[in-house]
Amino acid sequence: MPAVRYLCLRIGHGLLVLLGVSLLSFLLAAAAPGTFADELRLDPRVSPETIATLQARYGANRPVAEQYVLWLRSIGRGEFGFSVIYNGPVGPLLWPRVRNTLLLTVPATVFAWLIAVPIGAWAAAGRGGWLDRSTTAVTTALAGIPEIVLGVGLLFIAVRTGYFPTGGMTSLDFDDLAPWQKMRDVVSHFFLPVAALALISLPVLVRHVRASLGEVLRAPFIQAARAAGVPERRLLFRHALRVGANPLISLAGLSAAGLLSASLVIETIMSWPGLGPLMLDAVLARDLHVVVAAATCSTVLLIAGNLCADGLLYLADPRIRIGRFS
Amino acid sequence: MRRGRKGALAALAVLYLFAIFAGFLAPYDPAAQARDLAFSPPSRQHVLGTDGFGRDQLSRLLYGARISLLAGPLGAAISIAGAVLLGGAAGFFGGWIDALIMRTGELFVAVPWFYLLFAVRMAMPLRVEPAQAFLMILALVALVGWARPARLIRGVVLSARTRDYVVAARSLGASNVHLLRRHVLPQLIGVTLTQAALLAPQYILAEATLSFFGLGVGEPVPSWGNMLAVLQRYDVLSSYWWMFIPAAALVAIVLLYSMLADPLHDGAGGR
Repeated sequence: MPAVRYLCLRIGHGLLVLLGVSLLSFLLAAAAPGTFADELRLDPRVSPETIATLQARYGANRPVAEQYVLWLRSIGRGEFGFSVIYNGPVGPLLWPRVRNTLLLTVPATVFAWLIAVPIGAWAAAGRGGWLDRSTTAVTTALAGIPEIVLGVGLLFIAVRTGYFPTGGMTSLDFDDLAPWQKMRDVVSHFFLPVAALALISLPVLVRHVRASLGEVLRAPFIQAARAAGVPERRLLFRHALRVGANPLISLAGLSAAGLLSASLVIETIMSWPGLGPLMLDAVLARDLHVVVAAATCSTVLLIAGNLCADGLLYLADPRIRIGRFS
Repeated sequence: MRRGRKGALAALAVLYLFAIFAGFLAPYDPAAQARDLAFSPPSRQHVLGTDGFGRDQLSRLLYGARISLLAGPLGAAISIAGAVLLGGAAGFFGGWIDALIMRTGELFVAVPWFYLLFAVRMAMPLRVEPAQAFLMILALVALVGWARPARLIRGVVLSARTRDYVVAARSLGASNVHLLRRHVLPQLIGVTLTQAALLAPQYILAEATLSFFGLGVGEPVPSWGNMLAVLQRYDVLSSYWWMFIPAAALVAIVLLYSMLADPLHDGAGGR
């Protein structure tokens, strides 16, 4: 069973990387000048005793190595450390945030691919034509728009047109709504951030689809099929896409990194309660365990994305199944 | 396509000249406030309008360019220097040095970029003077960004090291220093230049994003990122379109850099 062994190897490697990432971010964060206590001391309403208690509870006075081991142990209890700002374990904070981030990134990925594959394929088929050239122009322009600019730009459109809510995940009167209204409410809130993320990931995808299919379309078997009278559309989406799919599936895993990273910015700008704002607020408040947990969590998502792509590749490519992978 | 690249280079050069000569070109002191002119639209006095404190946008844009535009290339230079050093050592010496450097680099690549950036930002003080903040951002992007170019450079060095003429030179008794200077380093010029052109805009955006969220260069010193931060206010976003001008400047810069770097761009003509 080479597949199982391969999978185990990949997961084991992923776990090692996670351990390394958490250690690294822990060391970096612990090396920081100033802790949460310094931030709290600025607030005259917080008494020194409270801070001392918090520090003891947090283990902030112990050596870094011991803090790290304590943190690792708290993972076993599902706590992921202790958040000073939220005054509780980090784990319960994390899960809804991760869910919300996935609620954005997964649909954004799906939409981006659904748009990118036909556009890229048509651009590749009509290489040098007006569609190809305009696609290249649009993707180049899109790729040049930074995340923060796209975020505030879409918000501007929302504010000006009034079609979309400008932030958050639910309306103020959410709790009073009927179930189907609740659904509509969340969907209307999630339209803008999903659109932003899809637009951010689109240029890379279109370019790669175009490049990959362009290469396949030059292959002799395509010529043969065309000579045999296979219609162009069938040629493109049935024959060429299947052969050109491999690098695209790997790309799907790789593009997860950019997507998650953009998600941090978009979530924060559109005040979507995902992992990004949690991370940012924690950095601002020097909430060490939350920062480490959020960074580690984003890495988990990234590794999971790559594993999914590997699985797909395994299903899609018989050459990998018979054991010619490295 | 060659012409496009030259044009981009020229346009970038002009923008950098604007940044360098901001002191001559700016019509106002970027920090001078005119409270009675808050958010006044573009006019003959203030060509690009004013911000919430009545400060001249054009002057702030020019002075902000100093920080925003310099952060990119300087950061890229530092992290590529680090990458050449580490990736070169890994490729040239191999063995445990290679394993140590590359495994560490893997950790830096495994975290989504902005999460990594903010996690490393955690290691630095929260409130810093603007001048220090600039140096801090340089240190930050250099620390965060060395791993990816290091990987590429390691690959190039590895292949250079096993070339026949390098093996021949070694067998003739050439020292490591000689081999590196004479045969290995010259091969890196292409990779490092392309990587620099790719990293520079990414770092410009890193500065903008950090400052946008209040973790980079702070007031009163302008940077394109902290000039955009005011757009997080609902009233500003909806009413004062000229506050979007730094965004347009950012887009222009990124596009120019991508024209400089993008190899896909060259092939776009229709091969």
